[in-house]
Amino acid sequence: MSDLTALPGLIAVILVSLLTLLVGTWGMRVSRTTSDFLVASRTVRPTLNAFAVSGEYLSAASFLGIAGLLLAYGADMLWYPVGWTAGYLLLLVLVAAPLRRSGAYTLPDFAEARLESRTVRSICSVFVVAIGWLYLLPQFEGAGFTLATALGAPRWVGPVAVGLVVLIGVGGGGMRSITLVQAFQYWLKLTALLVPAAVLLVVWTRDETAGSLGAGDPSWSMPLVGSGGAGLYTTYSLILATFLGTMGLPHVVVRFYTNPDGGAARRTTLTVLALVGGFYLIPPVYAALGHAYGVGSGDSSTLMLDLPRLALDGLGGELLTGLITAGAFAAFLSTSSGLVIAVAGVLSQDVTSRRLPEIASFRVAAAIAVLIPMGASLALPNFGVAQSVGLAFAVAASTFCPLLLLGIWWRGLTPTGAIAGMLTGGAGSVVAVGWTLSHGALDGVTDGWADVLLGQPAAWSVPLAFATMILVSRATASSTPRHANRFLARLHAPESLDLERSGER
Amino acid sequence: MTERVRVTGPDRRSRPLARTHDIDEETSLGSVYVRSLMRAQLSLALGVVAVLAVTIGALPLLFHLVPEVGNAQVAGLPIAWLVLGVLVYPWLLLLGWAYVQRAERNEQHFTELLGPHESRPETAGPAGPAGPAGPTGSTGPTGP
Repeated sequence: MSDLTALPGLIAVILVSLLTLLVGTWGMRVSRTTSDFLVASRTVRPTLNAFAVSGEYLSAASFLGIAGLLLAYGADMLWYPVGWTAGYLLLLVLVAAPLRRSGAYTLPDFAEARLESRTVRSICSVFVVAIGWLYLLPQFEGAGFTLATALGAPRWVGPVAVGLVVLIGVGGGGMRSITLVQAFQYWLKLTALLVPAAVLLVVWTRDETAGSLGAGDPSWSMPLVGSGGAGLYTTYSLILATFLGTMGLPHVVVRFYTNPDGGAARRTTLTVLALVGGFYLIPPVYAALGHAYGVGSGDSSTLMLDLPRLALDGLGGELLTGLITAGAFAAFLSTSSGLVIAVAGVLSQDVTSRRLPEIASFRVAAAIAVLIPMGASLALPNFGVAQSVGLAFAVAASTFCPLLLLGIWWRGLTPTGAIAGMLTGGAGSVVAVGWTLSHGALDGVTDGWADVLLGQPAAWSVPLAFATMILVSRATASSTPRHANRFLARLHAPESLDLERSGER
Repeated sequence: MTERVRVTGPDRRSRPLARTHDIDEETSLGSVYVRSLMRAQLSLALGVVAVLAVTIGALPLLFHLVPEVGNAQVAGLPIAWLVLGVLVYPWLLLLGWAYVQRAERNEQHFTELLGPHESRPETAGPAGPAGPAGPTGSTGPTGP
């Protein structure tokens, strides 16, 4: 590929990076306290916060991965975006307002305040970092293949570029500057998805040589054709992982603490539901167009980047590919920034702050949070972006979901019960993830029920975690935290009641 | 000029605090209030989850047992794509909107129960100042 054809994409990537850095630098001047860095001092309005949550949430998996999966595997894959959206409904009804009222910065903060146990806190910290890195890895991988496809760059360029921009942005301004950047990136992603889709649809209607959109091809358009009981299990397990995993994602949860109060947290979530749902209406259009232009399932991961060049010759196709590249790069940057903030927040509170002053410790933690998954993505072989993100959801659903739900709604949760439940669910899902990644079963080729059960563990690991947490809590009922009743009253009573809210800032 | 003091009745400012005090101090009355709020919010949340399970959660089973449903065409699109790709999203938004309305109503009832109108704690009626205090004496649900 000559340098000239890659020019629009290159300019787009540089512009998105510069803009992110500029706003980040501006944020550096206003961010002075830990509160600024971690939760933007809790002053973000619901609408802006919803844009930021959506901008951060719609990752490379949503932007590039879904269309490719739909093309390769058909309608079954629609459950990914449905689950990623429905997860916000469950977050809204079960967690949003109480979580905000808990007055904690991070998931480990919540666990410690609720259960009055340092051990629970430490275990939560380990899982935040594990889920964060599991989720960061595919972002870096995706950046590598996107820049390789769009610009013809070597595979290491993407991870390094995303890592550097995120590090400078997050280390510079923290949450306050990132809020604006991510809100902007939502609209950039939506534009970068919507405009090429509209242009390509118009091109397709005028192009007699192109094939049909695939509506009449049952093997592609039908859900669950010929996949039997295993397919049904996988679908329900995926539903459980995505519906329940969203509330346990560290970068999503940390955003809820930036709301001014519980009511604002609800309104933010409702707006996110609309923004994310609206976004997911578009990827199926790309899948259908890919079907029409005969993109093979082997090329599905780069479908969106290849499609404009297939449909349009010359500058038009390059411009559209450039726009999609910009959107994809925004997706890598915003999701990675959010994850790095969440991971660095936990690392700096629990590890680096013992040796360094506040803000220096956050910056060192951010560097660790970026460099380890970046190095891993350079060292590990490529694997599917959307599926590995799906596994991060499974781990979150098997650990933080039971902790949050039982912690918010059940007085009887004990520290021992929480630890036992999280370790059981975490061990089950992590072993399954490790086995699946090491066996390369992510390409959808499965041998038997063992592969099926380990490839999508949520359907057994989530109930297992819940059951363990409840049974062990019952067995250790004498160690119920002393202030459980008072804490639950804080979580559920509206802020308009002037309760003593210890831990508030 | 001396400060004008409007005398409207017994001082109410100490009493409203007393009610939230019930919760702060975990008296049996306070915990009854909180339990009732939690029960209302939890049954509301579980209701939404149940609706979600019956509508969207039943779809894989439906498509599995009756494949013809998924492949039937509406306006040139297979129903499965139409439902999972388009209709699911407004439905989720509608469920979320309905939830927020009801959750805020539950909280409002709770606030009124504990608010400054303790002379009539059973009035879980309309929002705003009610009872003899009128617009002059009430400190409102936000408290002092």
